[in-house]
Parts: sequence; C-alpha cells; structure tokens
Amino acid sequence: MFNILLSANAEKPPVYTILFAGNNFQRLLWGLFVTLRVSLIAVLLSLPLGILFGLFMRRKDPISRGISQLYLAFIRIMPPLVLLFLVYFGTARIAGFHLSGEASGILVFTLWGTAEMGDLVRAAIGSIPRHQKESGRSLGLSSWQIYRYIIIPQTVRRLIPLSINLITRMIKTTSLIVLIGVVEVLKTGQQIIDANRFQYPKASIVIYTVIFFLYFIVCFPISQLGKYLEKKLKV
Amino acid sequence: MDIAFIKQYIPMYVEAGKLTLGIAFLGILFSLLIGFAASLILYYKLPIWRRVVQIYVELSRNTPLLVQLFFLYFGLPKLGIRFSSELCGVIGLSFLGGAYMTEAFRSGLSTVQKIQKESAQSLGLSKGQIMRYIIFPQALSVSIPAIVANMIFLIKETSVFSGIALADLMFVSKDLIGLYYKTEEALLMLVISYLIMLLPLSILGNVLERRMRISYV
Repeated sequence: MFNILLSANAEKPPVYTILFAGNNFQRLLWGLFVTLRVSLIAVLLSLPLGILFGLFMRRKDPISRGISQLYLAFIRIMPPLVLLFLVYFGTARIAGFHLSGEASGILVFTLWGTAEMGDLVRAAIGSIPRHQKESGRSLGLSSWQIYRYIIIPQTVRRLIPLSINLITRMIKTTSLIVLIGVVEVLKTGQQIIDANRFQYPKASIVIYTVIFFLYFIVCFPISQLGKYLEKKLKV
Repeated sequence: MDIAFIKQYIPMYVEAGKLTLGIAFLGILFSLLIGFAASLILYYKLPIWRRVVQIYVELSRNTPLLVQLFFLYFGLPKLGIRFSSELCGVIGLSFLGGAYMTEAFRSGLSTVQKIQKESAQSLGLSKGQIMRYIIFPQALSVSIPAIVANMIFLIKETSVFSGIALADLMFVSKDLIGLYYKTEEALLMLVISYLIMLLPLSILGNVLERRMRISYV
C-alpha cells in the first residue's frame, strides 16, 4: 500500500517530490497564509468588539438584553458555513453589492468572534465574586478605580486562556472559506493536484496529508499555549 | 419572495435534512463510543494506549473537519482505500467528535473524588463494579452539558459535507442559487432548516447547563 509513496519508476518520479517541484510548497504556504490572514484580522477585530459586546450584555434593561441574546443565539445556532453563505450570496442579492469571498470571511468571522468573545467577557466578569467590588468600595476606591485595579486584572486573567482557545477555533473554522471560492490552502492544493494530474497521479494523498499537518503545526502550539496559561493563571 | 418556489423545493430540503441528521446521528453515536473508550483509557492510565489517545485527541482537535474530509475523500483513494461520501462523512465526524467526547467524559471522570473509589474498594466492589455503579454515573451527570454542547457542535459541523459532494442542506441551497438565482428563498429555507434541527437541542443544552449550575453552586 505504501510503496507507491516511495517507489520511483522510469517515467514517474516518487510522489512526494511533487511538494518540491516548481514552487508548489511555497504556493501551499501562501494559501495557508491567506487563511491565517482572514482569521488574524477577524481575531484582531473581535477582541475589542467582543469586550464591548460583553459589557453590553451585562446591561439589565430588557431591550439590550433581548438584542444581545438574539444576536448571540443566532450566531451560536447557525453553522459558520451558513453564515458565510448568508453574507456571501445574500449581500449581493439583498443589499445589492458584491463582497469578495475573503471580505465575507472577515465579516462573518468578526461577527462570530465578537459573539463568542462577548460571551466569554460576560462570563468572566460575572464570575468575579461580588465581595471584590464591595471590598474595593469599602476601601474608598472610586468605581473607575475598582474597575481599573480590581475587576479588569482578574477578568483578563480568566480571559487570556479562553481567548487563545478561540483563536484556534477561528483558524480551524476559517478553512471553510474555500467553499465560498477563496483560493486558500485547500484550493491551492487542488490546483497543484490538477496541474500535475499526469506526472503525479497520486499527488492528492501527499498534498492533503501535508495540508492536514500544516493546520496542525499552526494550531497545536497555540492550543498548548492556551492549556499552559490556563493552568498557570488559574484563579 | 417566491412562495410557490419555496413550496416546490421543501421536499428537497427535507431529504437533505434527513441525510444530514442521519449522518450526524451515526457520527455522534460513534463519537460517544470512541470518547467513552478513550476516556477510560486515560482514566486507567493504560501504558501505550494512553499515548495513542493523547496523540489522537491532539491531531483531531487541532485540524479542521474539512481538511480531514478532503484527506479521507480525495487522498485515501490513491492508496486504494475508497469510501462513499456518506461513509467519509460518518468517519470524519466520528474522528472529530470522538476527540471532543473524550474531553467531555474525561473532565467528568476527573471530578469524581478519590474517596468514592476508595470507599467502594473497601466495600469489596470489583474494578468493573466501581466504574459501573459508582464513578460513571457521577461522572456522566457532570459531563452531560458538555456532551450536549458537543452534539450541537457536531450537527453544525455536518454543514461542511457539501465540500465532499454530499447532497446536504448547503449543497441543495448552493444548487438552487446557482441554477435559479433564487438566493433569498434558498437562504431562508437553509436557515429555517438548521433552526428546526438545532433550536430544540440548544434549548435543552441551556436548561441542562442551568440545572447543573444550580445543583453545583
């Protein structure tokens, strides 16, 4: 079974050499970069927006609560791919302008990240015992000081590992943008496989294995970091 | 909005929904089996198997399902291993879900205090009995919200099956958009289909989570 990976016969080079033929490997890395760029921009936008949304979710009035609950529930229930379809196909028809696949991806993952981050922020603030705030007040701190020196440092401690996990989820989910026509790593892989159909008929096993491990190499250190910080910052 | 069009294509969505749910059901079933077995391996710290489980969990949790499916559907046939796209869906979902369910069971098992096991031992229960009557029931009640959350996650993940040519809800919607330009209708039916499938489970999840919080705080 595995001998096809290694054996070279007269006219066909061994299949793994496809990686180094031409600039195939650089192209795959570039494709990966396209995915990562979308997730990175979405993460950078969702961090501040998520914090704002988390604070908004703590408001008590029924209208704010209704809006934030509805938003969170919708984003949570819909598969991310459905959200991508809604934005990518929907904006052109309903709003009348065309968003590129990449822009749709950034928009959707920012909306998604904002909802998820907001919920984390809400939970993190909520998990700080009330006596912290009361003790601060009894020491004569102003409410700004209470936030600055008591609430925010503890919230951030709880948030860091959770938001790092969110980043790996974001990167993995961004792989879906291939299905709305973005030329990222999977699409690049397909192109390489198609272009070398005759010289490397078995290329797909190599290319998809490599893509699998490319994602792993990106996500594994981040998720390990999240685990490590979770242990280290345990409150 | 073209109501007649919607009426005409509802049966297609029902079929696609059934396919999605069927694959999700099998995938979740196998995920639970894998997760249960793997978490027991971790719990009893079986020497080599433990490493295997750890590697499996990390590999599966740090790669996207879509990439796993591409590997199964487009890659493996080159080694002479060929699955139908339905079977690929079930295998991929089980591979992914198994790792998430392992974590869910593991975290449940880790909350059961050691004294429970020691008391059971002093009562003369066998290893199997301790797991069956003492540890597992307590672990399960802790794990259930995570298990339900994983089920929702896995049903949502089935949406990527259209990537390997499975005629699921996404595939049907994309077809209708491409063939007839009925974008609004197709997207509306898509959203409603997922709401019908996921809303009840998600409400159940919220209720369970709230109940857990009350009973443990």
